[in-house]
Amino acid sequence: MAMIKLENIHRNFQVGDQVVHALDDINIDIQQGEYVSIMGPSGSGKSTLLNLIGLLDHPSSGAYYLNDRNVTELNELEEAQARNKNIGFVFQSFHLVPRLTAAQNIELPLVFAGIAPDIRNKKVEKALAGLSLTDRAQHKPEQLSGGQRQRVAIARATITEPSVLLADEPTGNLDQKSGHDVMKTLEDLNKRGITLIMVTHDVVLADRSPRSIKMIDGRIESDITDQTSHATHE
Amino acid sequence: MLRTNDVITFGWQAIKGYRARTLLMLLAMSIGVASVLMLTSLGEGARQYVRGEFASLGTNLVIVIPGRSETAGAGLGTMTGVTPRDLTLADAKALTRNPNVVHTAPLNVGAAEVSWQSRKREVTVMGSNSDLLKIRHWTLARGKFLPNTDWDRATPVCVIGSKIRDEIFGAHNAMGQWIRLGQNRYRVIGILASEGRSIGIDVGEVVIIPVASAQSLFNVPSLFRIFIEVKSRAAIPKVIKFTQDTIRARHQGEEDVTVITQDAVLATFDRILGALTYAVGGIAAISLVVAGILIMNVMLVAVSQRTAEIGLLKALGASTREIILLILVEALLLSSIGGVIGLIIGQLGSWGIRVALPDLQAYPPTWAVVTSFLVAITTGALFSLLPARKASKLDPVIALSKR
Repeated sequence: MAMIKLENIHRNFQVGDQVVHALDDINIDIQQGEYVSIMGPSGSGKSTLLNLIGLLDHPSSGAYYLNDRNVTELNELEEAQARNKNIGFVFQSFHLVPRLTAAQNIELPLVFAGIAPDIRNKKVEKALAGLSLTDRAQHKPEQLSGGQRQRVAIARATITEPSVLLADEPTGNLDQKSGHDVMKTLEDLNKRGITLIMVTHDVVLADRSPRSIKMIDGRIESDITDQTSHATHE
Repeated sequence: MLRTNDVITFGWQAIKGYRARTLLMLLAMSIGVASVLMLTSLGEGARQYVRGEFASLGTNLVIVIPGRSETAGAGLGTMTGVTPRDLTLADAKALTRNPNVVHTAPLNVGAAEVSWQSRKREVTVMGSNSDLLKIRHWTLARGKFLPNTDWDRATPVCVIGSKIRDEIFGAHNAMGQWIRLGQNRYRVIGILASEGRSIGIDVGEVVIIPVASAQSLFNVPSLFRIFIEVKSRAAIPKVIKFTQDTIRARHQGEEDVTVITQDAVLATFDRILGALTYAVGGIAAISLVVAGILIMNVMLVAVSQRTAEIGLLKALGASTREIILLILVEALLLSSIGGVIGLIIGQLGSWGIRVALPDLQAYPPTWAVVTSFLVAITTGALFSLLPARKASKLDPVIALSKR
């Protein structure tokens, strides 16, 4: 059974008197530990798809199974808990809370999970060390470089050890060097077993992933699994 | 679920993180609370001041007035056509025979022309006894007050007010001089130092003679008033009863006097000024509500400024309830800090009033302190409910799409 299973997913938006089909009959299976990139021009529905997988958005129709559980039937509280436990988000613009330090930002998901402070501190310390951010722990986001901010965001996204990591243009606001570092970090996490789903419009980035889904006008144009692709970029 | 400590820490971080907003809201809240405290302390101070003034006029005072102010229906008096009996010196003397009575002063009042050498003047003449000085808390500038002799003795002596002394004697020494009142002559034995008005009479323009002298001067056997000073406040009702009983016994069963207490007058003033304090406090409370509305506005702005943050918190696993809780606790923290600052400013302000106006014991009453603080907190919480609900309903997708 697939970890993520989307069945006949539709997502419609009402824009004025027109109905826009952001997602039009999407069927995808994603296995545990896969590395998938979602490509497509802007407006093709790739971000909507990512939000839907991340339980931030709801399908107009269709079924979504996450770990064999139909999550379209969850109530608001269960949904929040599922997000906290199963899903990590990495955004293009980092979305760090400006008034909190790097360590406090990383700690947030654990705070919402209601975990005791001493356990939280240990986990945050370990996460900081894993991403070579220990000396930046007490820095505010404004004191960090773009690459460091995104690594803090990745540490935050993975602190609850979720099974899926969703990245929306994770290198979009970064220079090439930092972008490369961030991609390396994400791929390392994937190698250790996390399912990585990344939205991008960068062909070079998309080529790094073994599986590449192309979307146009809310439909899946192509879904290609290339066993060699990942290896070529190692 | 969120831990309580974490909720408070989160709110505290937000308060520290947005300095300008925090300052603005603290200002609004503290001004609201401080104005309640200062205005009520002014009201309370005024009340205490009036109380004090009444006390200086003589505390625990019972006043006997001839005639009845009440309509008693078709009583014996109306049937027989008998008018109320006069209040006599003998009545006054009878009223001294009670252990709770400290001082008793009969009073006769009339107008007469005073003259000395070629100077003449119309004055108010009061006939009384030595107790009047103590009852009215007057002081003497020179000499002595009326001698403590038998009330029936019409001794030809007088005590004059300071204004009379200035106008009749000018640069001359008034002490020991004989002045003429009507057909009689009186020797000046004392000069009053006190000024101002007492029972509607200017103390400076009065000539006081023994009550028997006044009765013969005006040729009246009756008294205008009897003042009785009672030992303690608690004994006042007993003395009133004793007075009514005594007068009834002496007036053939007719209770034809009115007995009032200084307390009754004071209580009326107390009520008026108390109501005034409440009214002023209420007006100040409006400023607290205004501060609450300001908090709501600032929180609404804060929420729209922090849409991305709230969207993020949702993405990280915060539920709607948790978002509401976070915003609410933040507002509660803000308004209680504002309240505490307001209490400090208010107390300092009241202290300032006391320094500027030493006569006014301007301490804010406890009810004002407690309610203003509670109102501050509840308005803070109440008015941030709307922004909190708004925040919790934010669509995380839209909130996060702001780059």
